[in-house]
Amino acid sequence: MELTVDGNSVFCATGGKEFDAALPTTVFVHGASFDRTVWKLQARYFAWHGSNVLALDLPGHGNSAGAPLGSIEAMADWLTRVLDAAGVEQAALVGHSMGGQVALDCAGRHGARVRALALLGGALTIPVNSALLDPAKADDHLAFDLLNVWGYGRRAQLGVHRMPGLWMMKGGLRIMERAAKGVLHTDLLATNAYDGSAAAAAVDCPALVVMGEKDLMTPAKAGRALVAAIPGATSVIFAGLGHIMLEEDPDATLDALRDFLIPLQA
Amino acid sequence: MAADPKYLRPDTLSLHAGQRPDPVFGARAVPIYQTTSFVFEDTEHAASLFNLERAGHLYSRISNPTVAVLEERISALEGGVGAVCTASGQAALHLAVATLMDAGSHIVSSASIYGGSHNLFAHTLPRFGIETSFVDARDPDAYAAAIRPNTRLLFGEVVGNPGLEVMDMPRVAEVAHKNGLPLMIDNTFTTPYLFRPFEHGADLIMHSATKFLGGHGIAIGGVIVDGGNFDWEASGKFPTLTEPYDGYHGLDFAEEFGPAAFIMRARAEGLRDFGACLSPGNAFYILQGVETLSMRIKRHGENARHIVAFLDGHEAVSWVSYPELPSHPDHKLAATLLPDGCGSIFTFGIKGGREAGRKFIEAVELFSHLANVGDAKSLVIHPASTTHQQMDAAALEEAGVGEDMVRLSIGLEDVADLTDDLTRALKASQRA
Repeated sequence: MELTVDGNSVFCATGGKEFDAALPTTVFVHGASFDRTVWKLQARYFAWHGSNVLALDLPGHGNSAGAPLGSIEAMADWLTRVLDAAGVEQAALVGHSMGGQVALDCAGRHGARVRALALLGGALTIPVNSALLDPAKADDHLAFDLLNVWGYGRRAQLGVHRMPGLWMMKGGLRIMERAAKGVLHTDLLATNAYDGSAAAAAVDCPALVVMGEKDLMTPAKAGRALVAAIPGATSVIFAGLGHIMLEEDPDATLDALRDFLIPLQA
Repeated sequence: MAADPKYLRPDTLSLHAGQRPDPVFGARAVPIYQTTSFVFEDTEHAASLFNLERAGHLYSRISNPTVAVLEERISALEGGVGAVCTASGQAALHLAVATLMDAGSHIVSSASIYGGSHNLFAHTLPRFGIETSFVDARDPDAYAAAIRPNTRLLFGEVVGNPGLEVMDMPRVAEVAHKNGLPLMIDNTFTTPYLFRPFEHGADLIMHSATKFLGGHGIAIGGVIVDGGNFDWEASGKFPTLTEPYDGYHGLDFAEEFGPAAFIMRARAEGLRDFGACLSPGNAFYILQGVETLSMRIKRHGENARHIVAFLDGHEAVSWVSYPELPSHPDHKLAATLLPDGCGSIFTFGIKGGREAGRKFIEAVELFSHLANVGDAKSLVIHPASTTHQQMDAAALEEAGVGEDMVRLSIGLEDVADLTDDLTRALKASQRA
């Protein structure tokens, strides 16, 4: 499904179902230099279980046109314009990592547009150190490799993908490699600069924080601080999983999202 | 100092990729899940599995936990986003073709390929409306010249079979990508220990896992690996991957699976409908070979170099074709593309032609005369009368197969015993 926002095309995977204005809508927002395809299984599930799905490509990512937006706040504002373009008054937002920051900011500043919030691998702040920023600035492939290894965690290097035959250490890397030059650096700067404390305090919808016990990018400790900062938030922590839990254990991630979001669709 | 991503290295992946100890019983080895089917948790779980909303195994024609370990392991070693194992290497090639194209399509292939692959392209696929143009493996421009508007795949082996021509794969990959086409490499002869095609621009890889990956000659199997680096949407030539598929409720594989679009369709449609799956038992056997791949390939190469040196200049031998020899026309390219060696399969010409070849093959004792390569045991064959016998004289010439050509696949035996065996057989070949 293609929408037009700010004069640029926005690509949204819909999980294999036509958009139906009569149904509730769930929006999936990917992380830095990723695209919609990280949500492949979860997006399909919700699309076939009573919800419209908009698994977005952020501007300059995947099949969406335009330059990447330079701040989390700009991405959150853009997200409301995506909802406008789709004719959606209110949606459940599911965000991973940087996408979680975007969803959090949108829920905090545009609360009327958000009926539920699920944050995977989230934190109030996500500091990005120079070991990653420097190669990203230089468009050095090392930045993708570091994100890949730190993101998936040590255990994932052995694979054992729940999707038969897929090798996750290359799957995520190939998505990042498809991003245009400079996209990762722009994303990382936006992530590094954002503090979600004010937005978290302003959230007034049901919220879930999903954490990976072995997450090196947004450690579980930071996830717990995020839970504490969002009024009424609940949480799930996955033993042994890293930052990219949605791929490391797509079924467990889906179960957490299902148990949280499906009852809210009624 | 730049940070080190610390990826696991190939020798470790050969042993561990795709498997952790069995969570129920703690089995360290990969268990053989000898079952046709898998129990659903409930009806919703079943429906979600069938609709690709959840991950898991349904039925062993489509996926199986033992086979999946092998798929992940080969994908890890080759550097792909995923793999599908098949009943044989030929099934892998057919599955790739069937996933990519329909009747009316066209393939450009190296002429220097396995005889079975040549048969599929030249004689069988035309019955289904798919034509192939064969070109000189050494000539990237010939690949470019053969491309038509309906071309959908470029194909080759980096070290040709049986002529040992070395393909300038990076340049052929450039030709493919300039034309919006994928390049598929049969990496059976070289294995990921010697050559990793994705690092040189290939988009898809196939193996006859029967050969070096297994290494023991006890199990037939194949595998296709998706590099995840070809942009099917940008190409616009692959509706099977970029348009809704009625066979899966309108699923658009590129839209939903991105870099894994090809391999997902190959499994979801290809294994489901064509059914050429690998058995869990054979996957287990092949896994035992993969665990020792690097050590075996190294020893295969060392033995091959000894035998090549022995044959090169032998009075009963008119020529030896092995890309590591300076006399080989592709020696320089081989040194660049294959710095760790060119494998252990090579050919030589026996003085006296077809009759001397017959005597030689009948005189060897350790070398086994059979239609296979890549076994731990040394093998010998006369291609013109066996693996390539369906080819006519012109095709044989195009493929570089002469009547005096003998192909050896050097095994892991003590090389002195192999040399003794060859000495006896060469002497016998020259007797009147």
